[in-house]
Amino acid sequence: MNFEEVCCFMQKEKRKIVVPSQILGDIKSKKAGRGTFIEDGKIYSERLGVLNENDRYINVVPLKGRYDPTVGDFVIGVVEEALGTGWLVDINASSPALLHQNEVPWNVDFGDTERYLNRGDSIMAKVLSIDELKKLQITLNDRNLYKIKGGHIIDVEPSRVPRIIGKKGSMLSLIKKYIRCRIFVGQNGRIWVDADTESIEKVLQTIYKIEDESITFGLTNRIEEMLKKDAKDVR
Amino acid sequence: MTVVPIIKRDYIYKLAEQGKRVDGRNFDEYRKIEIETGVVSKAEGSARVKIGNTQVMAGIKMDVGEPYSDSPDSGVMTTAAELIPLASPDFEAGPPREDAIELARVVDRGVRESEVIELDKLCIEPGEKVWIVFIDLHILDYDGNLFDAASLASLAALSTAKVPAERFELGEDYPLPLKEPPISCTSVKFNNVVVIDPALDEEEIADARLTVATDTNGDLRAMQKGLNGSFTREEIQKIIKASIDNGREIRRQLYKSIGK
Amino acid sequence: MESDVELIDSNGKRLDGRGPEDIRPIKIEAGVLHRADGSCYLEWGGNKVLVAVYGPREAIPRHTQNPLRAVVKARYNMAAFSVEDRKRPGPDRRSREISKVISEALEKVILTEQFPRAAIDVNIEVLDAEAGTRCAGLTAAGVALADAGIPMTDIPVSCAAGKIAGHVAVDLGKEEDNCGDADLPVAISPRTGEILLLQMDGHLTLEEFNKAFDLAVKGCHTVSEIQKKAILDKYQSVLEGK
Repeated sequence: MNFEEVCCFMQKEKRKIVVPSQILGDIKSKKAGRGTFIEDGKIYSERLGVLNENDRYINVVPLKGRYDPTVGDFVIGVVEEALGTGWLVDINASSPALLHQNEVPWNVDFGDTERYLNRGDSIMAKVLSIDELKKLQITLNDRNLYKIKGGHIIDVEPSRVPRIIGKKGSMLSLIKKYIRCRIFVGQNGRIWVDADTESIEKVLQTIYKIEDESITFGLTNRIEEMLKKDAKDVR
Repeated sequence: MTVVPIIKRDYIYKLAEQGKRVDGRNFDEYRKIEIETGVVSKAEGSARVKIGNTQVMAGIKMDVGEPYSDSPDSGVMTTAAELIPLASPDFEAGPPREDAIELARVVDRGVRESEVIELDKLCIEPGEKVWIVFIDLHILDYDGNLFDAASLASLAALSTAKVPAERFELGEDYPLPLKEPPISCTSVKFNNVVVIDPALDEEEIADARLTVATDTNGDLRAMQKGLNGSFTREEIQKIIKASIDNGREIRRQLYKSIGK
Repeated sequence: MESDVELIDSNGKRLDGRGPEDIRPIKIEAGVLHRADGSCYLEWGGNKVLVAVYGPREAIPRHTQNPLRAVVKARYNMAAFSVEDRKRPGPDRRSREISKVISEALEKVILTEQFPRAAIDVNIEVLDAEAGTRCAGLTAAGVALADAGIPMTDIPVSCAAGKIAGHVAVDLGKEEDNCGDADLPVAISPRTGEILLLQMDGHLTLEEFNKAFDLAVKGCHTVSEIQKKAILDKYQSVLEGK
């Protein structure tokens, strides 16, 4: 289960915050899932997070923490340096990712990388590979990936991304229903918004509100109310 | 150094062309200022100032020592600033970099040249013993505009400082003798627009920076330009006016916090 | 040091009224800084400590990287104005030593294998000092690490005990530390009781050591409850939309 599914699942129950070392259960009755560790047959939380327990698993969904990349994640990166054979890109992980010159849709000659991407450029990329040493590679080879132009970029807590996206993208659809805009949410907590400046402001306000209140109940309704009211005020 | 995405810079430029700032402030408007004094018991005077999310702590420590040979009847003051790694992912541990040194020296001049501390009243034995005032700035959270936060924290700490005469068996403790302080206001320029009290994202893309210290009469007491861009004469006039106006308001807040 | 003050009277009452097993008042607040990944502000007796955690992030310079796990770098620093006689800014030998023993204590409980080549930087600033700053610093660091979402097997906690006027007592205050006969700071993993930090100076018989050690560990457990409450309070209020 990812975070937004957890939130929906726990609609009626009291959400429980847990801290590292908190005892959660026994391996005799449940399996130890994400965010937990086992010692002497007992399951403990390894992080500050929200407890998510179902019939078979005990998981802890982290409340905070830097972005932990998974292969296939869509991310927004900011180019740090153009190298001879590619680029070093900051994707808000524990180290920068490598974008190799073969992983872009352009025909790049050795040493010519600066012509295509430079320090400060933003890109929508996908995590291609993570080796045992956690060295990251990303790619732009996909029709949904490209160098970003225009709009604005902000950073949010990566752990709140699922809530901002919503179940099957429902939260983003809700925002787009009331505000004309384009939004792209990277799994790494970077969000790109494109619209006229007033709309960008409204979208950002909405996103920050979701980020702050991500673990509260009734958030979707409150957000919809806020968007409705705002749209009415404009008219 | 963390890279600033070009898109972000362009967005801030675009907003500026429309007369707006990212956090919704006017060009000549400050963020919320909070001043708290007496926050460190070991210090002779102390204060914690927040401007928006930027947080600076200032501590005043005093000692008895020798005067400078060219001013045998005067107390001595010295200012140090630490951009400790606590305050920002970009601050490194190690000896003070130029930013820390410039910060300390600008705050120091603001206090020294305007004679905020009445150093001539800090003489114990002419030529032999005088009071030494140490102003130490500790940056706790960096979200733009360290100059003003540091300067204000120093003034607030000085305003509530007591000379520790008892500890040195030189009589009773008494308030540090001070004159009316000038208030420092910092502005930055980007995309041909000038804004006061830059937040972090504005500072990151700034071309030029100007700090102006003004007194109760609206006269100028100190100035410092930084970064490698330039200002026009008109921009400087605009900045001076905004500094005088905001300086007045900030001074009022400072006096309120020290119970004056 | 000769003292005409009675550090502990016939009723077992100390200078500030505490009994030999009472710790000084503690206040802990999690998530107080804007830029840091995790942070904690802690007051313990007259100590005021602020801790900021950054990471896991790239370890620089490169040669400090460990290909198998994250490197934990704690930096303990005292503000110039935090002590009676102003301290010159910058690390001195004492600060460097304390930084080292705290780094080692924290490393044991952090699941560093999850972040090869990364650094987890723990910045401990003492803003106001009154004996027991390293215990206050490590305790605050535990909270800041949890606040940063760093995976750990436990939240480390620290407390000291010592000997004053021949009596073993917990959590020495300033005069007690100056005039006392022994100082024993201890840090543990409260869940398992494993000892992460242990230092001692002064003079203790084996029996006194055992007594002091037990008091320090007991103090650790008391403080551990306060740590956990501080973290839960911070996020529980978020949950309830306050």
